[in-house]
Amino acid sequence: MFEAIAFYLFAFLTISMFYIAVTTQQALYALSAIAAGMLFISAFFFILGADFLGAVQIIVYSGAVMALYAFGMMFFDTTREVKEKHGNSMIVLGLSVLVAFLVVVIFAVPLVSGNITALYPIVEGAGNTQEVGMVLFTKYLVPFEVAAIMLLVAMVAGIVLAGKKMDLSLTLMNEAQIRDMRDEENKKVLS
Amino acid sequence: MEIGLNHYLALSAILFSIGLVGVMRRKNLLLLFLATEILLNSVNIAFAAISHYYGDLTGQMFAFFVIAIAASEVAVGLGLLIVWHKRHGNIDLDTMSTMRG
Repeated sequence: MFEAIAFYLFAFLTISMFYIAVTTQQALYALSAIAAGMLFISAFFFILGADFLGAVQIIVYSGAVMALYAFGMMFFDTTREVKEKHGNSMIVLGLSVLVAFLVVVIFAVPLVSGNITALYPIVEGAGNTQEVGMVLFTKYLVPFEVAAIMLLVAMVAGIVLAGKKMDLSLTLMNEAQIRDMRDEENKKVLS
Repeated sequence: MEIGLNHYLALSAILFSIGLVGVMRRKNLLLLFLATEILLNSVNIAFAAISHYYGDLTGQMFAFFVIAIAASEVAVGLGLLIVWHKRHGNIDLDTMSTMRG
């Protein structure tokens, strides 16, 4: 009973938040709505008994990823209104529904076939975090290490890409200086 | 009323289509990245629900890897976006047509 109430409440909240995020014209509203939606999604993980996943969702998504987006948003001019593509809305809607239906079929076909056996069944008497640790550090150790290397590569790439010219502050320069710097850079790129 | 696996899969499909609408409508690249986050999250819900209803932890493992991939995608993508913005002064998708034939 309470599970049903919680499911429908959080489903409504998540869908409305993400709807706001894809339709609003203000970048800041979209960012806030996404952050709220991520928090509400972690509630589903807690309902499903995946406590560790819910905690990771809050820390990584609502914490780190949203902080990165907020940081990126400071570089861009987000105060002006976002322009939108005005294509055929019926095509957009039809394609979205079609692809979502395909996703459901992809998930549902192995369930309908019915011969699923749990490869790594849940151990009795252990908490979710303990179970996750047992599976992650035995069967999924190599993908775990590869993911760690991938995060390291992403960190180096982020520093190299965004860290150039960090000694120059765009807010302390006037417009002419910024234009000169940009022209110089464009010349460098073209030559 | 019992909440079953199909409820979660339906929710996941709804969120996935909302994210797809966002990907197709958005012109600003930053908001396009936000829409891809919605796609990844909807798939995570499906993974966690199947993991719970079949008593198998593999779904949760894949959800962790999806989160790791999303984090590195954001780091690299935002770095590239900042470089583009420094060069050209805007991040509109329609202006990025330098390789158009």
